[in-house]
Amino acid sequence: MGRPKKILNNPANVVTELLDGLVLAADGGLVRLDNRSVLVRPNIPKGKVGLIIGGGSGHEPLFSGFVGDNLADAAVCGEVFAAPSPDQILDAIAAVDSGAGVLFVYGNYAGDNMNFDIAAELAEEEGHTVRTVRVWDDVAAAPLDRITDRRGIAGDFFVIKVAGAAAATWSDLDEVYRVACKARDNTRSMGVALAAGSIPETGERTFELPDDEIEIGMGAHGEPGVSRQKLTTADDIADQLMQLILADLPFKAGDEVALLLNNLGSTTLMEMLIVNRRVRNILAEAGITVHRTDIGSFLTCQEMAGMSISLMRLDDELKRFLDAPARSVGYSKA
Amino acid sequence: MHETLSPSETRDMLLAVAEYIVERTDMLTQIDQAIGDGDHGIGMRRGFLAVSEQLQGSEPASVEAVVKAAGTAIMAKTGGAAGAIFGTFFRSGSSAFAGRNFDADGVAAFLRIGLEAVEKRGGSRPGQKTMIDALAPAAAAAADAAGGGLSETLARACAAAVAGVEATKGMIATTGKARTLGERSLGHPDPGAVSFSLILTAMRDFVAT
Repeated sequence: MGRPKKILNNPANVVTELLDGLVLAADGGLVRLDNRSVLVRPNIPKGKVGLIIGGGSGHEPLFSGFVGDNLADAAVCGEVFAAPSPDQILDAIAAVDSGAGVLFVYGNYAGDNMNFDIAAELAEEEGHTVRTVRVWDDVAAAPLDRITDRRGIAGDFFVIKVAGAAAATWSDLDEVYRVACKARDNTRSMGVALAAGSIPETGERTFELPDDEIEIGMGAHGEPGVSRQKLTTADDIADQLMQLILADLPFKAGDEVALLLNNLGSTTLMEMLIVNRRVRNILAEAGITVHRTDIGSFLTCQEMAGMSISLMRLDDELKRFLDAPARSVGYSKA
Repeated sequence: MHETLSPSETRDMLLAVAEYIVERTDMLTQIDQAIGDGDHGIGMRRGFLAVSEQLQGSEPASVEAVVKAAGTAIMAKTGGAAGAIFGTFFRSGSSAFAGRNFDADGVAAFLRIGLEAVEKRGGSRPGQKTMIDALAPAAAAAADAAGGGLSETLARACAAAVAGVEATKGMIATTGKARTLGERSLGHPDPGAVSFSLILTAMRDFVAT
């Protein structure tokens, strides 16, 4: 495959330019800290638990698109596919913490873990209270007994949505942390890759996949998945992804779930709807009820083709926070 | 040939290290594409360009301060796991030079303290196909060689790091983004280990001239 065509200026400036564009798209709902890749909500209420999210850029709308009302208070954005540095995270803490403490929610990757940990240690020395929820929803990344080795993928969104609504409701960091952990622990995802995305600065694709092959479980940065195979039907792909998701939690008859179909970049809504049809058949047969469905782009990987399916098992508390209104560039709900 | 470097000579050495890494951006990108997501080269370039920017024209008060300043620049600008790891290495390791110039015993302590800090930060051990597999043998070699002077210490540490890079080809990644490659990571060196060996190579060449 040749190098992808992209609409760019200087590729070294993609992060700063996308953040500028995002701030403008928020129509006053976002400000950017001076000379920083940190977006924050203006006018955060005093005494609110601060929700800080972040990670490498290039996955928009994650993370920067989910800063807004009833969502995150700040996003710390690294370079493309690279974790943000501790000094930027510290600046985000200073901007959002007015005494109630800060919750970090981010995907479970070594770089993010180390940079957010360094920032948390330094912030604690300065008197801030910080709790961390790492999202590890990708069933393909490791067996269940090593769940803390799994990556965070589109399930990040469920945790951000629940934590954001909880942080807007409660002023107790421990309570927000508890419910964010509950959202994380009840979420499972599986993805399929059809073609690689590329890194803007090098123009190179992040992996090679033959034209007639797909990979079940491939990570958002091209990390290898569980099985590479010839391209098959939408129904067969849905069957394979759902089998792994349902068996892992496991989801059972009588469960009520939220369903998220995430576009990894260049897959069409048409294809995702075709998959959704099969997913709903599978869930109905399993006796699992869908409380709400979100279909769209939540965690992308440039022009990567493919999609992921995420399920979160709900209880009344998770349902309440999932259903709360929200407003941001990446996700709005009345 | 130098057997000890003053603070300003240490600054010049770090500038040479930065130039050496930046010149090898494409090579590091290619190595990372085989095993990771291909961003290691541009990350290291960002970090070491920041080192150049930070140190150029500065008059360091001490070796400790200039090594720490390099680490701070790396930690702030590299991004990703590499920024945390290499930043931690230089920032923590700098304490080895408290009250002394850049000499053989200082280098041995720098590598030892840096290794401890990196292991703690990453929760990693030797054998997991990371930069530790170049750093740990380098630290051991430097401890053995420190009696023989600075250039000998860096030459031995560098040789051990390069051998450590070779050894990572036979390892299966169990941490980081390459972790999920499993056996498919066999045959490829770890990009972070390569970067670490390049840093020592540039230091060795600087003191040898």
